[in-house]
Amino acid sequence: MKDDNNMEVPVTDSDLEKRLQDAVCVNESHLQHPWWYNLKYLLWGVVFGMVFVKAEIISWFRIQEMFRFESFHMYGVIGTAVVVGVISVQLIKRFKARTIYGETVVIHPKEFNKGQIYGGLTFGLGWAITGACPGPLFAQMGAGFGVVLITFFSAVAGTWFYGLLREKLPH
Amino acid sequence: MIEILKQPWPWYVGGALIGLTVPVLLLMGNKTFGVSSSLRHICAACVPAGIPFFSYDWRKEIWNLFFVAGVLIGAFLTVHFLSDPDPIALADSTRTYLESQGITDTTQLLPSEIFSWEQVFTVRGLIFFVLGGFLVGFGTRYAGGCTSGHAIMGLSNLQWPSLVATVSFMVGGIIMTWLILPYLLTL
Repeated sequence: MKDDNNMEVPVTDSDLEKRLQDAVCVNESHLQHPWWYNLKYLLWGVVFGMVFVKAEIISWFRIQEMFRFESFHMYGVIGTAVVVGVISVQLIKRFKARTIYGETVVIHPKEFNKGQIYGGLTFGLGWAITGACPGPLFAQMGAGFGVVLITFFSAVAGTWFYGLLREKLPH
Repeated sequence: MIEILKQPWPWYVGGALIGLTVPVLLLMGNKTFGVSSSLRHICAACVPAGIPFFSYDWRKEIWNLFFVAGVLIGAFLTVHFLSDPDPIALADSTRTYLESQGITDTTQLLPSEIFSWEQVFTVRGLIFFVLGGFLVGFGTRYAGGCTSGHAIMGLSNLQWPSLVATVSFMVGGIIMTWLILPYLLTL
């Protein structure tokens, strides 16, 4: 496996290898921390949830507008996020930034497989009717739409069935 | 200050904060941004059922579950303490179209004509929540990520497979919105 600078990154840990399958986030840290170190992720999640509501990203109507090309709003949100993200990642690489615990930041490259097309189309169909990607699902529940619990459990079931059928699906 | 926060946030503020999530998570502890993985960790934690795809130590990814719990709490706090009483400024053309399809209540984040408990045991409920949710969960994992993992994180790292995934998300959404949804709304 190679990282973005084409340097070999050893994957010795078979558990890590498993988590890398169709995943976008794997824990690189080898530090052992008590559970409450995770509260900082919860805190940023709170900020993120606020953004979802205040910028109306969890609105079913905004998603309709986007797919109908009748408003710039969602394209503006995603476009700005990508620009800020690209600049941030470039700066992190340029300055070889380290985490607050001193570890080197590592970002695994994404490898292409046909699942990104088949799965992507499948997700798109669901996105347009539920008005939610996975993040907004959590935010819609938090915002008091109890009935979204059903959408959420169906999404967990969808993920589970993918896991069950994974070996039989084209990739 | 609170009054400003209560207004709807413009797209560039929302977009910038979402973009900042990428470096924040990387610098907090080498975490790559992605939300749909939380659904997989929930499967691994609750119903692994001996399936190889779920046989891993989900505790190593527990940060992701803390993050999504935070999203839920953040949304709760916002609607209770920072909510804006006015309905969203929806494009007139979208509003007119939806009204012609019977979706007239645009005062909330989700249309009450679809997303209410009365709809749960109807064909409409079955399609919009059960099938819709299933497609989201199945599709994001099959694609190896969702809007956050591919469209934000992957594109931020200039990964072309993420561009393929993002285009596929959009194509799927456009097919649903233009070709299938008009029929579903008649149910």
